[in-house]
Amino acid sequence: MVTSTSTSTGRDRGRGRAAALRGARTAAALALLAGGALVLGTGGPQEPSAAGAPRQVPLAAQQEQSGQSEQSGQADCDLYRSVPASTEDGPAVKAIKAKRSLVVGIDLNSYRWGSRNPNTGQVEGFDIDLARAIGTAIMGDPDKVVLKAVPTADRIKFIQEGRVDIIVRTMSITCERMEQVAFSRPYFTTSQRVLVPRSSPAKTMDEALNGATACAASGSSAEEELKTRPVKQLVTVQNHLDCLVLMQLGKVDATMTDDGLAASQAAQDQTVRVLDGEVRPGVMGVAMLKTSTDLTARVNQVLNDYYNGGSWRRAYDTWLKPYLLDDADRHWPTPR
Amino acid sequence: MATPVRTEGPGAHTPERPAGTVPAQRRAGGTGAVVLPSGPLARLGRATRTAPGRLRLAGALLAVLTLAFGALTAVQVNSRAAAAQRVVDNSQPLSQAAADINRSLADADATAATGFLLAGAEPRAVRDRYEQDLRTASQLIAESASRTPASSQLRELLSKLNQQVPVYAGLVETARANNRQGYPLGGAYQRYASEQMRTVLLPAAAQFSAAENALLAEDMKAARATPWAGYALGLLALAGLVWVQLTLFRRTNRVFNIGLVAATAAVLAAVLWLTVAANGAATALARGDREGGVPLRALNSARVDVLTARLAENLHYVARGSSGVYADLWSKTTEHLVTSDPGRAGPGTLLQAQSLAPRAAEGPIAQAVADYQQWRERHTAASKLENDGDYQAALDATVTAREADAPKTAEAAFAAADRQLADAAVLEEGEFRDAALGVDEDLRTAAAAIAVLGLLAAAAALRGLGRRLAEYR
Repeated sequence: MVTSTSTSTGRDRGRGRAAALRGARTAAALALLAGGALVLGTGGPQEPSAAGAPRQVPLAAQQEQSGQSEQSGQADCDLYRSVPASTEDGPAVKAIKAKRSLVVGIDLNSYRWGSRNPNTGQVEGFDIDLARAIGTAIMGDPDKVVLKAVPTADRIKFIQEGRVDIIVRTMSITCERMEQVAFSRPYFTTSQRVLVPRSSPAKTMDEALNGATACAASGSSAEEELKTRPVKQLVTVQNHLDCLVLMQLGKVDATMTDDGLAASQAAQDQTVRVLDGEVRPGVMGVAMLKTSTDLTARVNQVLNDYYNGGSWRRAYDTWLKPYLLDDADRHWPTPR
Repeated sequence: MATPVRTEGPGAHTPERPAGTVPAQRRAGGTGAVVLPSGPLARLGRATRTAPGRLRLAGALLAVLTLAFGALTAVQVNSRAAAAQRVVDNSQPLSQAAADINRSLADADATAATGFLLAGAEPRAVRDRYEQDLRTASQLIAESASRTPASSQLRELLSKLNQQVPVYAGLVETARANNRQGYPLGGAYQRYASEQMRTVLLPAAAQFSAAENALLAEDMKAARATPWAGYALGLLALAGLVWVQLTLFRRTNRVFNIGLVAATAAVLAAVLWLTVAANGAATALARGDREGGVPLRALNSARVDVLTARLAENLHYVARGSSGVYADLWSKTTEHLVTSDPGRAGPGTLLQAQSLAPRAAEGPIAQAVADYQQWRERHTAASKLENDGDYQAALDATVTAREADAPKTAEAAFAAADRQLADAAVLEEGEFRDAALGVDEDLRTAAAAIAVLGLLAAAAALRGLGRRLAEYR
């Protein structure tokens, strides 16, 4: 099974930072949107999410591997902070162009985000479209984009060791990760949702979870959330998809996961549905080397163009819309 | 015969009072009391006071001894024959069937994962192998159940296996269906199915196998047990015969009483037959164990470990690099296969199977070890590709549907090792059968012969003493 621990390093823990610098208005907006960081756990197993709603959390309070969410406390970083967008080629971009290929770290396990079609060997999904768009924009040639599978637990390491140039892999922005790698501006917001079999009478998260046998990926923010709820039994598994297996086999009543993964599960089984109601929001970004500020600026420019040109929405409509309840706008992060 | 000083020939018909009779009578009669108490003991006591009485008594004693020897030894040898037959007809085949159930299930699991990785391109041969594995397992489970007492705990294990095999197969089919639609959910099902296999089915199969091995060891022990009672009675009968003959010789000066000599010869022959048959059986069975049974059990363990390693390798790719669990399982299992660190629990199962192998199976096992090394190298090379992020290349180096590349994959090296081990298993089973086959018949023949010889000895002894007795009439 996919290791839950490794995944936990993933996205999450994002904490919004109070925008002391930005004033109360910003803080309020951020709290609303990102609430602090949340994990989007679309990639394999969910990661522990962190971020609580309040955007300001002392770093020390962040507990990476423990999977504890830091709901209280305040983030002391701004998850939306990145370098200004630019079309200039700096030294990092020039170096990548010189080696004639941009290596993008991706996922193979998250249906509709980044997964490998076992029959064709084709890799496809929302993140894959974005990865190809970024690569093509920077390299000017889709053939110069190399997609490499990156294990969830090794994402930061792969960047730091230069084994990939950028990572587009349902990676949550967190304060802690911001210390280790550079993030683009956020390109997706997400939150925790509940899935139940279609036959379930439950209409709300509370109805679905109270007194139920509930499932979550171990180490995920969903697990943390479920611990605070009056469930009859909490079943934790290594990969969020294991929850779907158990739900199909009738061994659990409900599954909590982030909405990206919930969409992914609903896409694979028409007999489950995603309930209204969400908790613990967060944002995802493209990660790269901290020193490659010019590359980050380029990526931010591509992201802006990608969104403004309608590609972001088209990708959303293609891969996610059928399974997410909300409109695309709800998922485009906009710091105000 | 060497010329005796005096023989009881036709010319020696003069009845004679054996020398020394009187003192002997005195001794036997104690004080020579005149009182004649009644009762069997008293009559026995009186009988010993006369020469014919003593002769009759000796005759009865020898007849009882030789008959008891013949009968009891025949029974003992027969029970060993029965045990030897159980070994060949029952417990060895059942023990091997149990091992085959275990191996078929492990093979089904590894093969299902291979098929999963190849998805829509899964070759017919892979699917056939998986189905054959499940068929073999189900068939062996049914056969074993029919030969296992209904109430035993073994029957419960078999019925658990019987129930769980279809459940497992159902999970594998769900995994296939999802996988063919391109859903990663298929991978989760495949991992779930495999977990059921490894936590429910295989432990039950291993438990069943261990129990069958214990039953085999019991039968083996019974078949090889030394028939001490037979030896003891044989020696006692011989001692009785010699004593009677010595006594007769002292009293009559006749060296040979043909009847008694014949009885002695018969008992000697029986003891000799017993010795040869019992030793022969024990030796043959020990050889069967050494050349077949023990190596085969070691080989069975190694084969299951090889399959587990293959499973771990496959599931690692099923999980698509998002889990370290299967890489750990691979390391642990391969360690278990070939560890040679003396500080550990001894050499790995594959090395054990190699060191225990009989000459006939040495070749295939050595080849299997070489294939295994190659497999390991290819696995390591594929892992490196995967660590570099090239999942597709790593997968292709592990298993592929492209025939041209197939011989270069880890799968091919595994399959070669597996085939060699299967060949070795057939050879080792043959060694066991060759050694153990016919042992029960030899023992049964010996039992019959010993019974007959015992009867002959008794008859001859009575006849020999009867002639002496006739001299008193």
